[in-house]
Amino acid sequence: MRRRGALWFWVFVGPFALGLALFTYVPLLWSVTLSFFDAHNTVTPTRFVGLDNYTAMLRDRAFVDSLRTFLVFTAFIVPVTYVFSLSLALMVNRLRTARAFFRSVFFLPAACSYVVAALIWKMSLFSGVRFGLANSVLGWFGGDPVAWLSTTDPPWYWLVIVTVRLWLQAGFYMILFLAGLQRIDPALYEAAAVDGARPGWTVLRHITLPQLRATSVAVVLLLVINAFQAFDEFYNLLSDARGYPPYARPPLVYLYYTALGQGQNLGLGSAGAVILALVIAVVTLGQARWLRLGRTDADG
Amino acid sequence: MTIRRRDLLAAGVGAGVLTACGSNTGRGGGGSGPELAQWYHQYGEPGTERAVRRYAAGFKKARVSVQWRPGNYDQQTAAALLTDSGPDVFEVNGPTLDQIRGGQVLDLTELVAKVKDDFNPAVLTPKTHDGRVYAIPQVIDMQMLYYRKSLLEDAGVEPPTTLDALVDAAHRLTGDKVKGLFLGNDGGAGVLGGTPLYAAGFRFVGDDGEVGFDDPAAARTLGKLHRLYADKSLLLGAPSDWADPSAFVQGLTAMQWTGLWALPRVREELGDDFGVLPFPRDGSQGRPSVPVGAYGAAVSARSRHKETAARYVQWLWVERTDYQEDFALSYGFHIPARISLAEKATALKDGPAADAVRFTTDHGYAQPLLWTPASQTAYQDALSRIIKDGAGPERELRAVVRKVSAELDRVKKTS
Repeated sequence: MRRRGALWFWVFVGPFALGLALFTYVPLLWSVTLSFFDAHNTVTPTRFVGLDNYTAMLRDRAFVDSLRTFLVFTAFIVPVTYVFSLSLALMVNRLRTARAFFRSVFFLPAACSYVVAALIWKMSLFSGVRFGLANSVLGWFGGDPVAWLSTTDPPWYWLVIVTVRLWLQAGFYMILFLAGLQRIDPALYEAAAVDGARPGWTVLRHITLPQLRATSVAVVLLLVINAFQAFDEFYNLLSDARGYPPYARPPLVYLYYTALGQGQNLGLGSAGAVILALVIAVVTLGQARWLRLGRTDADG
Repeated sequence: MTIRRRDLLAAGVGAGVLTACGSNTGRGGGGSGPELAQWYHQYGEPGTERAVRRYAAGFKKARVSVQWRPGNYDQQTAAALLTDSGPDVFEVNGPTLDQIRGGQVLDLTELVAKVKDDFNPAVLTPKTHDGRVYAIPQVIDMQMLYYRKSLLEDAGVEPPTTLDALVDAAHRLTGDKVKGLFLGNDGGAGVLGGTPLYAAGFRFVGDDGEVGFDDPAAARTLGKLHRLYADKSLLLGAPSDWADPSAFVQGLTAMQWTGLWALPRVREELGDDFGVLPFPRDGSQGRPSVPVGAYGAAVSARSRHKETAARYVQWLWVERTDYQEDFALSYGFHIPARISLAEKATALKDGPAADAVRFTTDHGYAQPLLWTPASQTAYQDALSRIIKDGAGPERELRAVVRKVSAELDRVKKTS
């Protein structure tokens, strides 16, 4: 009987484990191996170069710039999305009528693809010509058209990148916050009111936020990981047939061009990927420590 | 019969595997013998796909299946060449030096030996390494400056023949509704590439194999491009990019840098109200320049039918001149890569098309094989910073020269 159990264990887990090994671990180890070789246009290189790829990558101004770009992007998008989706959740939560309607409306963008949204943002909302939506609005107030994605001073492209991500993500995190809010015991609010706490900031600061701790930790972690993986909207907003501009270039986009573009320098690209993975690991570990991941709200 | 859940699961898995295997490979064609896969990137002009399928069907020694591949074609082919499931024959905007060095493409020198001199040297040279030919040029593509005659006349502007005149003209042509010049939504760093350098009398790589633009005058030329951006003379953020003449024919810009392929559409929409120019010269050493390039037909070294594939390429791109002429001129608008065909083509005899042919012959330059993608990225990043951020051109160019020198050393070392 036990053997039958083991058999079924492998029948069900086997395909998944095999897939994981084949499509995740093997490429991962292969990539680490490649990073120590001169692998131009080949995945079976023969010339061992030690740490040369790593030093080249760390000396590459474009790569270091891209690391900086995505740290800045993370530092910005995480708090903004957090505040925005929490505000949405608080507002929707207070509604007495049509709550389900607004919940659905705000959640709906989460179902939209990053590529599609990026193209709509690029071609109709923030198109640089005078009949783009944003420029039409500017025009009503007598402003000159702005080339949103091509202007580097001031860096308007960030407005486009941040708003598209905000629009896509906020609804999803709002749902998480709503679930958290609905788990808070109403008796706490009643007790606070009896004790004379004014509704508004005081209640938010001393009751709602502490009660949302577990949700907040989850939301922040997910947001950071999502920001690290930024590729789709950047690539679709800013790339063209001739490549990608040197600004707002996340590391994944840069590595895509180094390793998979015509460059085909798979060794150098792999070294960059390993460096990126290490940075993400360090940041995530630090964050987990800082946010005291895994403790419950009661440990507070 | 009762259906058990387990059977259903098994059937589901089976069906999944089957669907995964099936894919539309577009097999077809009239020939017999081995099967060859031929890849093209997606041409925008209607009719091109049907034409290349018709050519392929005409080859009797193999069954050729044409794959028409939209999307990032260069990336797709580069990745496919690492595997056994890639194409046998493919067109390539290269091949790159590393693809040749890596032995990914076959040496086709013998196939073109008899007609070598009939190929335009501007496009055959970049397909040649150490005297061996690695791809057969299919057609010549070039880019140039289109200008709207009526708009220039209204503003009292002469067609610019120097870079300073171009900067000045773009500024004077810029109004409320119309911009002076469109160099692509990135401000020109992508599409211009080395063109301004060549127009100032420099080259990417000199005859000595060293960096060809390590000179303060080169930095001065590139610095002038920032004026275009700072003056707000450039159209930016247009719905379609430089390769498409829409911005020009819709009157968003008075001048646009785009390809020869746009000529039929511009002529259809604007009639005679346009002219073409090469990129204007700069400085005393300068002369006008236009970039020329060619997709070439190459044979993958991993092909299982190398001889048949090479035979097919020779048949299509060396012997069947009727197909080559049809391909170059019946759909899009390109200059045939064969000089004998280009001379015969009546469509290229007069007007702007004849100008384009003359620019190609007199002022054309092609990216040298030694100019690797890594060099290109470094240069293009610097150019973007110079144009948009007003970064110091001397400093930016110094960094590029360092990077390109290192790349040139690398490729020389491994040869």
